[in-house]
Amino acid sequence: MTQSVRPLSPHLQVYRWQIQMVTSIVHRATGIALAAGSLLIVAGLLALAAGPESWSCFTAHAGAWYGLAFLVAWTWALAFHLLNGVRHLLQDAGFGFAVDRFVRNGWLVVVGSVVLTIIVWVALAARGVFA
Amino acid sequence: MNASDRLRAPLKQARGLGSAKSGTQHFIIQRVTAVALLFLSLYVCGLLVCLAGADHATVRATVAHPCHAVLLAAFVIAAFWHAQLGLQVVIEDYVHAAGAAMLAQMLVRFVCVLAALAGLFAIIRIAAGA
Repeated sequence: MTQSVRPLSPHLQVYRWQIQMVTSIVHRATGIALAAGSLLIVAGLLALAAGPESWSCFTAHAGAWYGLAFLVAWTWALAFHLLNGVRHLLQDAGFGFAVDRFVRNGWLVVVGSVVLTIIVWVALAARGVFA
Repeated sequence: MNASDRLRAPLKQARGLGSAKSGTQHFIIQRVTAVALLFLSLYVCGLLVCLAGADHATVRATVAHPCHAVLLAAFVIAAFWHAQLGLQVVIEDYVHAAGAAMLAQMLVRFVCVLAALAGLFAIIRIAAGA
């Protein structure tokens, strides 16, 4: 097959941004981010197995400002991918394809992911982790 | 039997899995691992919230408990299986040069399998108290 330099779909620059495409793009982006984040979970397990010194090194990074920023982002990415994943499973089963439902469920996922993230970090604060 | 039926060869129907050599397996495994991760990722999130701030001995003892060790192992397997399937589709969609796509697919598979093995190794090491 000859490789051509024709422009390839999707032509993102000619579309008006709408919730349907944003949730689809963000689902992929959060999936990629979570795959990378899973590597850090494995790093944590390896540090835990290696002993107290490596573990305290790991928790020091996790508790630093960049570690906490990453963990907040990780929480939101997981919440979004989880909720949007449930939406995809329901769509696979044939539900929620009417345009108004599709748009409403998209916004439900966006708002729900932020709410879930806040719940997790409020729970952490309530446990006195940051005290 | 009308004329169009007589002229139709039986090969109009795919035999076995057809020329693509695979069927809906990728789609189905992606959904099955998704359902597994729906529960397992919530569990891991809850575990992390409960263990945040605990010392090494406490965290290690918790992970060493058979229930947690098995669920964490299930999470590691499902997560990297799901990740490989998802990243495979992303590469298929966006990497159009055949060579680069093949290299990327191999790299994703190698990293996912190695990471899953490393995670399982760590869990077993912790659970066995070694």
